[in-house]
Amino acid sequence: MNEKKYMNPYLAGFFLGLILLATIYITGRGLGASGAVKSVYTTIVESVFPGYTSSAKFYQEYGKEHPGNPLKNWLVFEVIGVIIGAFISGLISNRLKFKLEYSPKSSTKVRIAGALIGGLLFGFGAQLGRGCTSGAALSGMAVLSTGGLITMMAIFGGAYLFAYFFRKMWI
Amino acid sequence: MGPLVPEVIGNELNFIVALFIGIAFGFILEQAGFSTSKKLVGLFYGYDFTVLRVFFTAGVTAMIGVIAFNHWGLLDMNLVYVNPTFLKSAIVGGLIMGLGFVVGGFCPGTSVCAAAIGKIDGMIFVGGSFLGVMIFAEGYPLFENLYLSDAWGNVRVFESLGMSQSFFAFLMIIVAVGAFWATTLVEKRVNGEPNPIFKRVKLYYGLTAIAVLIAISAFALPDRKENLLNKVNDENFTNSAKVKLMTSDELAFRIIDDDKNIQIFDLRIKKDFDSLNLPKSNNYTLGSLFEKDADKLLSLKNKKNIFIADDELTAKKGAAIAMKLGYTDIYILQGGLEQFKKDIIYFKMPETVNSQSEKDTYRFRTKASGLIPKLIQENKEKQKSSGEKKQKRVVGGC
Repeated sequence: MNEKKYMNPYLAGFFLGLILLATIYITGRGLGASGAVKSVYTTIVESVFPGYTSSAKFYQEYGKEHPGNPLKNWLVFEVIGVIIGAFISGLISNRLKFKLEYSPKSSTKVRIAGALIGGLLFGFGAQLGRGCTSGAALSGMAVLSTGGLITMMAIFGGAYLFAYFFRKMWI
Repeated sequence: MGPLVPEVIGNELNFIVALFIGIAFGFILEQAGFSTSKKLVGLFYGYDFTVLRVFFTAGVTAMIGVIAFNHWGLLDMNLVYVNPTFLKSAIVGGLIMGLGFVVGGFCPGTSVCAAAIGKIDGMIFVGGSFLGVMIFAEGYPLFENLYLSDAWGNVRVFESLGMSQSFFAFLMIIVAVGAFWATTLVEKRVNGEPNPIFKRVKLYYGLTAIAVLIAISAFALPDRKENLLNKVNDENFTNSAKVKLMTSDELAFRIIDDDKNIQIFDLRIKKDFDSLNLPKSNNYTLGSLFEKDADKLLSLKNKKNIFIADDELTAKKGAAIAMKLGYTDIYILQGGLEQFKKDIIYFKMPETVNSQSEKDTYRFRTKASGLIPKLIQENKEKQKSSGEKKQKRVVGGC
């Protein structure tokens, strides 16, 4: 089965910008992703170790700003939507397939390790930087937030900085 | 006026909105090819600049939209969440994320997209990000100082750089267009052939021209608020505004009668407002007339909007602004609050009464001078117990 081609990037960017604009107009906030991980993680911790989250400082700060069930969080619903939307797109473009993707110069072991460690770094960094590429960089650019743009430059600048050392994994 | 949450769209419905926005977001991301790490890291190795094109286009589109909406009074930026700046953690966190990007080949949003279409490396990345959150959460005391250091607040980048919003937007657009052209050339060199997506060169020249035009107009577009605030400082402009006058007697009567359809916009300074304010009045500055709080009241139908200040001219400035913004049923208190105080609150029966109508007026004012101060006092008690109900900035972030 032939895979459908990807959308023109400028067109996709334009639509994405409109979605972001609509989000800001309707909800007064931008898009995000990493925050949902935090919410789910907090929920898991609370269910496995009840009472713990009310004592540790990290959760207390979070709980102050987001009272109630951590899953009842805007980002959690948004990310559920992202899963659905991406799935639909994959479905209509014939791109649904279980696959572990890696460069021919690499190997499955390296890719798995890379994905795990990369995810760990990004998960940690997103907490420290108060957002990831969607929440801090993209939404930050839309509202011209200084912090958002600084984080954006640090993400992409950092990636370029470290890219050389990991080139064997990709090219 | 946006944001529509929480009045037009309740907090519960907001979650449904989040779901649908997410669906659109995920759909477009996957359509653009962000569900494969191969395409994503191409940005850092020069062979595929899709990420930059999508990202920059999206950011600039939304940025222009936000500025335009704010300018046309469709969105109150004071209420929109602006990511706060914590300098050190923004940089360190960003660098760590950058490393994670080239090691893992994803970012959180794209990893979810990839996982959704079956990419196992995407799923592993998502799992890894939970570990990352865990390390941060459990080790929080170690990172707390860095995390909270250099708090600059919700500053916006043009403020930090000391330039106007329009100028920064203009620069951003120029940088984006420049980046698009430059990276197309780099891509061509790295891959040895031009990207087949951009075959119709004339179309892209055209789009570039449009983008530059938008950039220039953003720069040239005068800020509506600044414009109006300057205009009303010119007495001729303000005096030419055809506002309706309301006499002290009429206002006093309506207050005593508990007229539910009057809304008083008091433009005095807070100190004066706090020491004495009329029932059914709220305190505003000329600037705050542009915000969502004022818009909510002024947009209501069948209300009489009465602008008051110590003198007529100040009140007239507010009224002129309101009329220019398109609101209707605008009045000013004839003679200002000073006149109202003389006529009603501190009314003293004059020595000579010349006509029957004057007699009637003075009889009313005698009654009013007893009732109005009482109503003012009652209103003060009510305000103290209910507290200030102002619009708050939306809580957002990750």
